[in-house]
Amino acid sequence: MRPQIHPIPSGTRDVLPDEMRELRDITEAIRAVFELDGYGEVWTPALEYEDVLGRGGGAPPAYRVFDDHGEVLALRTDMTVPIARLVATRYPTAEPPLRFCYFAHAYRGVRPHRGQMREFLQAGIELVGASAPAGTAEALSVLCHALDAVGLREYRIGLGDASLYPTLLRSLGIPPVPREALMDALVARDFVALERELQRLALDDADAQLLLRVPQIRGGAEVLAGPEGPVADAVAGLRGVYELLAPEVAERVILDLGLVRQMGYYTGAVFDVYDPALGAPLGGGGRYDELLGRFGRSLPAVGFALTIDRLHIALTGEERGRLQATSSGDGAPS
Amino acid sequence: MSPPANALTIAVPRGALLKSTLDRLDAIGIDTSEVRANDRKLLFADIGVVTMRPSDVPTYVEAGAVDVGITGKDVLTEQPEREVYELMDLGYGACRMILATIDGPDPSVEALRRLGVMRVATKYHKTATAYFERTGRQAEIVEVKGSVELAPLTGLVEAIVDLTATGTTLAENNLVIREELFTSTARLIANPVAHKLKAAAIDAMLEKLRAA
Repeated sequence: MRPQIHPIPSGTRDVLPDEMRELRDITEAIRAVFELDGYGEVWTPALEYEDVLGRGGGAPPAYRVFDDHGEVLALRTDMTVPIARLVATRYPTAEPPLRFCYFAHAYRGVRPHRGQMREFLQAGIELVGASAPAGTAEALSVLCHALDAVGLREYRIGLGDASLYPTLLRSLGIPPVPREALMDALVARDFVALERELQRLALDDADAQLLLRVPQIRGGAEVLAGPEGPVADAVAGLRGVYELLAPEVAERVILDLGLVRQMGYYTGAVFDVYDPALGAPLGGGGRYDELLGRFGRSLPAVGFALTIDRLHIALTGEERGRLQATSSGDGAPS
Repeated sequence: MSPPANALTIAVPRGALLKSTLDRLDAIGIDTSEVRANDRKLLFADIGVVTMRPSDVPTYVEAGAVDVGITGKDVLTEQPEREVYELMDLGYGACRMILATIDGPDPSVEALRRLGVMRVATKYHKTATAYFERTGRQAEIVEVKGSVELAPLTGLVEAIVDLTATGTTLAENNLVIREELFTSTARLIANPVAHKLKAAAIDAMLEKLRAA
């Protein structure tokens, strides 16, 4: 009999038992860490009202439907905005801090490729009502516990501050309009365009050099020790977090003064997770101190999300690397 | 591919940018004589170099199959969704993205006025689409793979969007440049993860390229 082939939508895929077992190992390891660290798991609907998602200012929804009353529903693009809604609605008076974790699919209109599907499973936490720097340091510590539990050994965490470059631009007296063009170049990771925009502003040489050089600085603690003047003020938030990190967390951190994340709601520390086995971040997060206020309960918050597919790819990549290292060690020429 | 210890893997574009790129790599202490001597080999593991079509460079860099790469701004403009760092304008390989039509009265203006739409042949679908959107004109983009100059001569389209360095081919086909979209030069791009995990090597390479 000829098999019948039924297509599935672009950017989605089926998971079969062999792969599913490996994915379960990853999510169960992370779930145990979140549980131990005091984060309670929640579920929220995959479909939300579009205007509720819009209020949060996350990635724009890619999939929309009308319900039977003509209301526009959309598939969530992350879990941060739904949890902000949940906190304001279900916990209007609860004493902070509140700790939540989730394992949930999100949906985005991306160009599908390895580790980046339109439907993707995320594991993450939201720590609500714990301000910087202590709340940020706690989130980074939970992040390291989770990645260790998954079995990744070579991961690093890029730590930056979404307010750093805007603060620097303001303190150097750059007017709002060119500020926006400079931020656009930085978000696009286009240092050639950044240099062009800076030349156009006819700043004095030292300021232009500073604004071009600072977002390219990344490294260890020396990054915070060096700068003086306006940069020292701009990295104050970052220094506050870094000083609170346990040694085993701090040694994973790459301080990155140019790190920006695409999502509009980040206000302070931002972070990305890197692994040499994959060319794209495994996940990331940051502070969003103004997001909950938009839903009517003004609380500072921080969170992160890991993309399970990418953890899986990085894990298999690391294992393959270790295997090759061992076998080439055995086969050393005699 | 596995790089030499502590070094970067580099995607090098074949074609018009190849010679200047190899000259630059020589100048920063990467011995490219094997690449010059060998037209068919693609992977040079000893020096961490892979050669490929310029339009494939962003693909390899984005996926992290190589750490850094060199390609034209025209390629990067055509692939705006690629998640790569654009680190440096290398200056060479200068050419212009232009809109051209047959010499004489502009047939695209006539088409827009009477038919409401101009037809444009190009290999740069996204670049052309974005340009006509930005300039508020309705255009039907006709994607061709071979010689774009042929399309207006046969009446397939009224205009072309294409890359030109000297303009000789255009002139030979009785085409004139009507508008310039942007100028393009070679750019150094980097994978976002390599940019963090191999920061020292990438910064050292940038410094040498600036000094070279």
